[in-house]
Amino acid sequence: MEFVVISLLNGITYGLLLFMLSSGLTLIFSMMGILNFAHASFYMLGAYFAYQISTWVGFWPGLLVAPLLVGAVGAAVERYGLRRAHRFGHVAELLFTFGLAFLVEEIVHLIWGKVAVDYRIPLELDGTLFTLFDTSFPIYKGFMMLVSVGMLVALYMLLTRTRIGLIIQAALTKPDMVEALGHNVPRIFMLVFGGGTALAGLAGVIGGNAFVTEPGMAAAVGSIVFVVVVVGGLGSLTGAFVASLLIGCIQTFSVAMTLSITDVFALIGVALPEGSQVARLTITQLAPVLPYVLMVAILIFRPRGLMGARES
Amino acid sequence: MKSSFVKRLTLAASLMLIGGSAAAQVKIAYIDPLSGPFANVGDGGLKGFKEAAEILVNQKGGIMGQKLEFVGFDNKGSPQESQIQLKAAIDQGFRFITQGNGSGAAHSLIDAVNKWNARNPDKTVLFFNYAAVDPTLTNEKCSFWHFRFDANTDMKMEAITSFMENDKKIKKVFIIGQDYAHGHQVARAAKEMLARKRKDIKIVGEDLHPIGRVKDFAPYVAKIKASGADTVITGNWGNDLSLLVKAAKDAGLKTRFFTYYAGGLGTPQAMGASGENQVLQLTEWHMNVPTKSTEKFALDFNKKYPGLYFYYLRVNTMTEMVAKAMNTAKSTDPKAVALALEDMRFPAENGEVWMRKSDHQLMQPLFISVFSKQDGKTVKHDSEGTGYGWKTLASISQRDSQLPTSCIMERP
Repeated sequence: MEFVVISLLNGITYGLLLFMLSSGLTLIFSMMGILNFAHASFYMLGAYFAYQISTWVGFWPGLLVAPLLVGAVGAAVERYGLRRAHRFGHVAELLFTFGLAFLVEEIVHLIWGKVAVDYRIPLELDGTLFTLFDTSFPIYKGFMMLVSVGMLVALYMLLTRTRIGLIIQAALTKPDMVEALGHNVPRIFMLVFGGGTALAGLAGVIGGNAFVTEPGMAAAVGSIVFVVVVVGGLGSLTGAFVASLLIGCIQTFSVAMTLSITDVFALIGVALPEGSQVARLTITQLAPVLPYVLMVAILIFRPRGLMGARES
Repeated sequence: MKSSFVKRLTLAASLMLIGGSAAAQVKIAYIDPLSGPFANVGDGGLKGFKEAAEILVNQKGGIMGQKLEFVGFDNKGSPQESQIQLKAAIDQGFRFITQGNGSGAAHSLIDAVNKWNARNPDKTVLFFNYAAVDPTLTNEKCSFWHFRFDANTDMKMEAITSFMENDKKIKKVFIIGQDYAHGHQVARAAKEMLARKRKDIKIVGEDLHPIGRVKDFAPYVAKIKASGADTVITGNWGNDLSLLVKAAKDAGLKTRFFTYYAGGLGTPQAMGASGENQVLQLTEWHMNVPTKSTEKFALDFNKKYPGLYFYYLRVNTMTEMVAKAMNTAKSTDPKAVALALEDMRFPAENGEVWMRKSDHQLMQPLFISVFSKQDGKTVKHDSEGTGYGWKTLASISQRDSQLPTSCIMERP
């Protein structure tokens, strides 16, 4: 019981961080049709900006300033890079973001070095929030949950309750019509791209010190956010939310499974030959692959994802 | 036009490379991760070697009057990349290499060095291993061209389990490790030796996680907790260890940790006060083992490299022994150096050490210590500015640390 509750909490915390990362990606994709391979790089930039700001004026200003900076960088990338690449079609865009990811990593190497930087949790948030059956739950994890849920609510309000949100929603399905009505669609695209990258930046600010801020952090989450977006359904925020939590929990709980592949097959009545390497693998060892298995299964059986609106 | 510019640029760059390395005559290629998840570990090791070469060798007359220099080659922690870097080092004229972080990379290097030496008997290469502890490297896979300066996993686990044997409070043990050669060996050795020494101890869990990829150990900690273990054994190193103890601290896990590598590279900082009396390590040395001159060396090192803390005594031992071997052999030919290193007895700072001829495994004293509050007496120095340092609980003499080897060495 204790184990289930604690693992659930861990899974939800991780899932919410994933959601923060993937919400921006799915927004950008649904609006602009761009699969932004550099999305995780903005997450990394967020962490490094926040680290830099925290060495000057502390963590709290960074929490606000770093995502804005990342958003500004994102908007500039859209305005001066992607928009030009867009003229040459989707492949050019895809390659552009792909190259951008490497570029950002190299820039990070040049500025902050190849070794992890010492970006720490602020003292106020370093401690125990509550103790559940004698496992303590750190304040910082609570803070991470709070920020992501706050962001989810704010994003939802923005998209459904404000004028700009309505225009964005409209541009999502009928961009030509929106343009015909006199709205500056390219500028909306820039805003969405900037906003999406700012969300990734925010995830970096709070994920960077919870884990490690190092040049490899973008590559570490880069592929998993695509899984979230595909499983949730391209373009669906709710889908991304559900998929994030699902994947967070899958990763947490699969670590706990001591069953081996042989045991799993035994459950369905198939006895595997003994002694093979594969048969002895445990679910725990397979934990890192499971999200990708899920993605492949979704693509085969429900290509539009859990909550996706469109097939494509 | 463009291509000739590129050519000139490459020429200029290569000239600079040659010019840069010509100043030092005896060069050792340091092939270890200088980027990626273990960059901090590799970076700390390289600085340690550079400092040791400068203070312990070059300022004391060098090697037959020549300077000793360590040059970094980034293998990104990968066995494949290690071979590429080895090739690059050989092409640049290096005849000596050292590596430590990752037994996977060590296996790959030992194979490549053996192959190279068989094909190029006039340009042999010698491999000094300062930290890769997979026992097979000095048993089944032992090589004349490989010397190990760290105690191997079996020797370390023998010492740890002998210590656990006498602690009747230990009932349930959880083993967690990185999913590669080293992690597997630690788990195997722990299970074998505990089964032999303490039949009543139950292994309540055993986990291998992907190396360098787990950023949040909370799920693993929850599993350890659920298993009811009172003791954890781990061979983890670098961020894989500091993140593990950090997650344990966050969740308030109160088990004891027996580790190989808790003494440095950010782990003490990650533990802080929560590690007090909880985390133990087995090492060849720590700051509170009295020495003749290493205390000063370490303090100077810490001052010179803010954010780094001197940790690897064996780096110093290796550097001094290699220099001594070259000076004794009056040669920097790898084969002559290897013959001089074999069977060498050397007064290291942790006691007398011996390079066993039969398998090229260094025998040295080992210490089990526990993370304790700095008191200015037995815990004179703290670790990484935490206010906590290492207190020796047991020491194992060089003679007692010896284990038999199955090595059948092919000698040139």
